[in-house]
Amino acid sequence: MSLVASGLVVRYGQHEALAGVDLALEPGRLTALLGPNGAGKTTLVECAVALRRPDAGTLRVLDRSPDDPALRTRVGVMLQDGGLPLAAPAGQVLRHLAALHARPRDLGELTERLGLTRVLRTSVRRLSGGERQRVALAAALVGRPEVLLLDEPTAGLDPQARLAVRELVGELRADGTTILLTTHLTEEAAALADHVVVLDSGLVRAAGSPASLMGAEQGLRIGIAGNAEVLRADLQRLLKVPVLASAGLLELRATPTPALLHKVTGWALQHDVQILEVAVGHRTLEEVVLTLTGRSLR
Amino acid sequence: MTASSGAASPVDHAPAPTWRRVLSHADFEIRGLVRNGEQLLLTLVLPMLVLVVLGRTSLVDLGPDRMAVVAPGVLALAVMSTSFTSQAISTAFDRRAGVLRLLATTPLGRSGLVAGKVVAVLAVEAAQVLLLAGVAVALGWRPTGVAGAALVLVLGTAAFVALALLLAGTVRAEAVLAGANLLWVLLLVGGGIVVPVDLLPGPLAALAGLLPSGALGEGLRAAFDGQGIAWGPVLVLVIWTGAASTLVARTFRWT
Repeated sequence: MSLVASGLVVRYGQHEALAGVDLALEPGRLTALLGPNGAGKTTLVECAVALRRPDAGTLRVLDRSPDDPALRTRVGVMLQDGGLPLAAPAGQVLRHLAALHARPRDLGELTERLGLTRVLRTSVRRLSGGERQRVALAAALVGRPEVLLLDEPTAGLDPQARLAVRELVGELRADGTTILLTTHLTEEAAALADHVVVLDSGLVRAAGSPASLMGAEQGLRIGIAGNAEVLRADLQRLLKVPVLASAGLLELRATPTPALLHKVTGWALQHDVQILEVAVGHRTLEEVVLTLTGRSLR
Repeated sequence: MTASSGAASPVDHAPAPTWRRVLSHADFEIRGLVRNGEQLLLTLVLPMLVLVVLGRTSLVDLGPDRMAVVAPGVLALAVMSTSFTSQAISTAFDRRAGVLRLLATTPLGRSGLVAGKVVAVLAVEAAQVLLLAGVAVALGWRPTGVAGAALVLVLGTAAFVALALLLAGTVRAEAVLAGANLLWVLLLVGGGIVVPVDLLPGPLAALAGLLPSGALGEGLRAAFDGQGIAWGPVLVLVIWTGAASTLVARTFRWT
């Protein structure tokens, strides 16, 4: 395993940012750490690069303690706040970081790939948010890391830049880099990851391949105007299949046959329930996460 | 990326040699200092002004050989500006912007960061000393005892860099900016750095001799005056360096 956390606890005063997290990154695979804001994703990344010391539990990176200096050339990290020196030109920052490695990645190729060639003489302060993100990503990659930790790498990027970053991350994975990517974008995790870990309130709520999390079974989801909680029991009694309810959504765990659809619309007609949306097939990862972490804002 | 640039054998993951990491960081810091206009004002323009004004006028009574008093004092002031004021401010803002956090995750490491800063400070000081001493000589200064003065300059630099890191690593950036500039003015006027300690009023004279500013000023004046190494000021600087470094190691916050 490239990274192993067990029973990891980090407290900020009374608040537990990580409340006993177990996590393992398999070599050469891309693991997406998915969860709402405040789930503990950033704290976990900070622990992995020794910027934060866990209050309990153990964490090993490439079978070493996170503060082992030998890891500084083998682990690349893109922190959420970037930490780039603001007054310096982007190119100067990257050249300095490259000079710290015996065999850095080719900066020309890397910056061209990330669309940064034209801003290398611009001070970091004057870059757009998306450009800064890409400089921070280049900084994480410059030492050809075996383990790459990316904290929200696509946050604030426009669709083109997001695509470029995703393609690059995909190629790094294909080259055998072990990647941990935190995101709150579920479709990003579903598209990129071999393994998804859902983190919420400092605990792992689910882990597995995107396919296994989304479930093999087919289902039928009906968005309605009205209180789904109240209507759930009635529909379950009528159809004799499991029905789950959450705000404005009824979820039927059954093969969506024409007969089933017909019964549902008949029930809606009879009870004067307005149907806003009907979806057939697997649950999306977004729905899985919402089911696991709740729908309301915290 | 091509396959050749991907995750590779462990041989690829060596850091650059220590000297290259330190020099790269020193180079990066020097570029930062040169880029920053306000710092240049403090490290070069104001010392030059003090040199010319005190050296060519009789605003302050400094005895018969004015340049023998003013020139070492101005060099001490320039050294303090670079090693303390400008280092405290830049480090504090780097800390606030998360730059120190980022660097802590690179092969530079924490010791490399400090070493790089020290090399950068010494390089900038060398340029300051050459320039200011050149002007002072043109104005009639005739220094002796350069080797002893160099020792005092290095010790003063060590003490002031340690104090700069102590301030930058514990106080928020805006407060460091205000505090470091205020201290610069206070020490210039009453810290024994430009105006000799024995010309200061009674209680201040006793205090200034024990400050790193007074020790640096007195030590340089004695050395350049051909009196050899003044061990009193040297001891004061060594104590300040030791005390401040110990506190830095215990209290410095990288975030």
